[in-house]
Amino acid sequence: MTGIGTNGVSGTGASVTLSSLEKTYDRANAAKAVDGVSLDIRSGEFLTMLGPSGSGKTTTLMMIAGFETPTAGDIAIDGKSVVAMPPYRRNIGMVFQNYALFPHLTVEENVGFPLKQRGVPKAERAKLVAEALELVHLPGYGARYPRQLSGGQQQRVAVARAVVFKPRLLLMDEPLGALDKQLRENLQLEMRRLHADLGITFIYVTHDQEEALTMSDRIAVMNDGKVAQVGSPEDLYDRPDNRFVAGFIGESNFLPAVVRGVENDMVVAEYEGTLIRALCPGKTASGQTVMLTTRPERLRFADGTWTGSEGQHNRLRVTVTEAVFAGERCRYMLQAGNGTSIVLKEPSSAAIRRRAVGERAEIAWSVADTILV
Amino acid sequence: MSELTQPASLALAVRRPRAAPFDWRRAVPLLLAAPLLLYMLVFYALPVVAMLLRSLNDPAWTLANYATLFEDVVFQKTFWITINTSVTVTLGCLVLGYPVAMGLVRARSMAPFILVIILLPFWTSVLVRSYAWMVLLGRHGLVNEALLALGMIDRPIRILNTPLATQIAMIHILLPYMILPIANALRQIDPSLIRAASGLGSTPIMTFRQVILPLSMSGVAAGTLLTFVLALGFYITPAMVGGPRDITLSMLIAQQVDQLNWAYAATLSAVLLATALAILAVARKLPGVGNAFKTSMR
Amino acid sequence: MRLASLLPATVVGLILFFLAFPIVVVAIVSFSSATYLTFPPPAFGLRWYEAYFSNPDWLKPTWVSIWVACAVVVLATFLGTLAALGVARLPKALRVVAAGLILSPLIVPGIVVAIGIYYAYSRYGLVGTPIAMVLAHTCLAVPFVVTSVTASLSGIDPRLEQAALSLGATPGATFFQVTLPLIQPGVLVGALFAFITSFDELIVALFISGTGAVTLPRRMWDDLRFHIDPTIAAVSTLTIVLTAALMGAAHLLRKRAERTRMVTSSAAA
Repeated sequence: MTGIGTNGVSGTGASVTLSSLEKTYDRANAAKAVDGVSLDIRSGEFLTMLGPSGSGKTTTLMMIAGFETPTAGDIAIDGKSVVAMPPYRRNIGMVFQNYALFPHLTVEENVGFPLKQRGVPKAERAKLVAEALELVHLPGYGARYPRQLSGGQQQRVAVARAVVFKPRLLLMDEPLGALDKQLRENLQLEMRRLHADLGITFIYVTHDQEEALTMSDRIAVMNDGKVAQVGSPEDLYDRPDNRFVAGFIGESNFLPAVVRGVENDMVVAEYEGTLIRALCPGKTASGQTVMLTTRPERLRFADGTWTGSEGQHNRLRVTVTEAVFAGERCRYMLQAGNGTSIVLKEPSSAAIRRRAVGERAEIAWSVADTILV
Repeated sequence: MSELTQPASLALAVRRPRAAPFDWRRAVPLLLAAPLLLYMLVFYALPVVAMLLRSLNDPAWTLANYATLFEDVVFQKTFWITINTSVTVTLGCLVLGYPVAMGLVRARSMAPFILVIILLPFWTSVLVRSYAWMVLLGRHGLVNEALLALGMIDRPIRILNTPLATQIAMIHILLPYMILPIANALRQIDPSLIRAASGLGSTPIMTFRQVILPLSMSGVAAGTLLTFVLALGFYITPAMVGGPRDITLSMLIAQQVDQLNWAYAATLSAVLLATALAILAVARKLPGVGNAFKTSMR
Repeated sequence: MRLASLLPATVVGLILFFLAFPIVVVAIVSFSSATYLTFPPPAFGLRWYEAYFSNPDWLKPTWVSIWVACAVVVLATFLGTLAALGVARLPKALRVVAAGLILSPLIVPGIVVAIGIYYAYSRYGLVGTPIAMVLAHTCLAVPFVVTSVTASLSGIDPRLEQAALSLGATPGATFFQVTLPLIQPGVLVGALFAFITSFDELIVALFISGTGAVTLPRRMWDDLRFHIDPTIAAVSTLTIVLTAALMGAAHLLRKRAERTRMVTSSAAA
């Protein structure tokens, strides 16, 4: 598209390796903000660190940027440790939560700022700034001050400023957090496009799971300073490793059950007298109490036109306790056996009829969608 | 500097091999603050401390100066006048200041105008304001002329050079220090509380007593203490418009310095300073007052 | 309007009148044509301004005051700005001590500061020199510079400095290209306060200006001991106008700084 994405080495992204990274603040008895994070971020990858506030994702990002010093562990960019390197020598682009545009400088001066620091001559600078503004669809805005721009425009300027000096790694700290939903969705697509155009590595921090699922090549789910799971959006959604990931990404139903048998990579567990089969590549034994999880939209009412094959599905008898029509889908709260609540989401188009509260029903779902966590 | 900090950094490096070498940026804040701190020590703090020490080491190391001070009739009288003046002035400021603070917060389009009227005297020097009261309160001043014209008196009365003149002028000078903290506190009261109170059938006076007054107490406390502490140290105004026999602590101190009676002046200074600091120390413990102070100091 | 709402308005109006009137009277008297102090003046004229501008006994102290105040502005703004930058980043215990020392002239009674300074400066033969006035007034002016700069520093989003570093600016470049321009209004406001503090200061001047460094307030004070002719009203009016103009400028600077600062705060909201 422009010269920015395709010049020399900047065409390829940097790889980032975090090894047993730890951060403890000086306060006495303080818990570790980051506790043994190891991650391999591949060249050119769009990796999102997703987690609730206080999970250590921002602290990890700040350590990569160089604003925080790790208490232990190492950060290597392209195999070279950068722990001892001050932030201004790391050559990493960064987009901040509130954009951190310099209020006393024009858009042009803001975007030109990193070039000025690198001693790029004026004429060259103007050309690169213009290119960068074009890249974010803001040509002709150079003479304005940040306060004269909308939130979305400020965000684009912040991105232009962070990539104009062709870093091979771009860090983003909740860059869309302050924008409204509509704008956020547009800019999510824009970020993906930018990532494809530039071909550099993106590390993106957010607490918004939808944003993470939409944009990322891979997601690292963070909790309590640790990485709970790393994987593609599909991996995390369909095969959560643990209860935290299952609960944090999307909505999940949890059924407590007792393992009755393990066959190959499948486990048979008993919930209230009903046998339920789940995927579980060998990590449990008979008699153990476990948690089975499944997604609300993978559940179906097992009557009428439902035609699932018996061998590949679990079934369970439930009572409808709540029924909500929400436009494109219906949402049911169900109660099974001893009071476990189950959520079922059914596309409005697929519904044969609305179920009434108090109605008894049988639900079914694929064994492949049942995971032991 | 470097001799002091270098070994510490080496120790760190030994304990944690991964840690970065000594970071000069850590010493920067102290290096930045050091010139001013040294300046203030040399040209202000040490001179004041050296002077105050005269109360303890003149003629020899002893507390005798303090012992005699508290039995000294002149001191007792002066101290009482100072406290009396400060209390009167503070009460006067409170009575006059609260309505203005409410007016300032309530006023919409008039607010900038009111603020300028409050701030204009605030920014005018104490000397000029005291002079203004000399003009107004003098024998042929405006106040006397007006009273004569109204037939309330038949010959000029003496107002200038009386305690009353001191009190009026000091109230005038200190009023903004009372108004601004109270206005700050009033501004922070959620207007919906007042609406809720009147919605619940409370009369304006009940709303004031039960909602506004209690919630503005932090501002009242801050303004009162600030006004009182400043009033304690007043020198120029009582010297200019006050009576020749109504001597405040500050005036007595100045007099003693003129007579080169340093031990006495230093003892008085120590007492004045200790009184002011004690009041401020108490003030900082009161909830909300610390913050109100900070904002009003700006 | 009902009486109930008219009464409070009247009370507030009267108190505001009490605040403003004395100053207005001084201004009016300064334009009096009478040879003695009387109000209202029989006629108006500029004779007392002429008297002021033609009398070296008034002009010399005026120049001393201006000279001292300008020197104080330079010294206090430089030292105060540096210190404000440092103090904000000191460890807590040290910060409390440093702030206590720097801000204490706001609290310590003026007479105590004045005689302390007189006591020490007289030992070194400084009394009666403009230098002594500058050295002493700087101590009194510095708290205003430090509070003003500290306030504008605390208004700066720390992420702006981080952004500059991430974009390749060294700490020095970050300071000169980002931090300094952003605190500049605070520095200017502090400088204006420093000027006014020195220009209006009297108590310290009474003790250390001697005969060699008589400032304008000191000259007014000396004059008031003997007579209160309207020349002082003219001088007072001039200082009121000067002070009000400087304060107005300070106010505008603050407003402008708040407006530029809005960018970051509105985006973060």
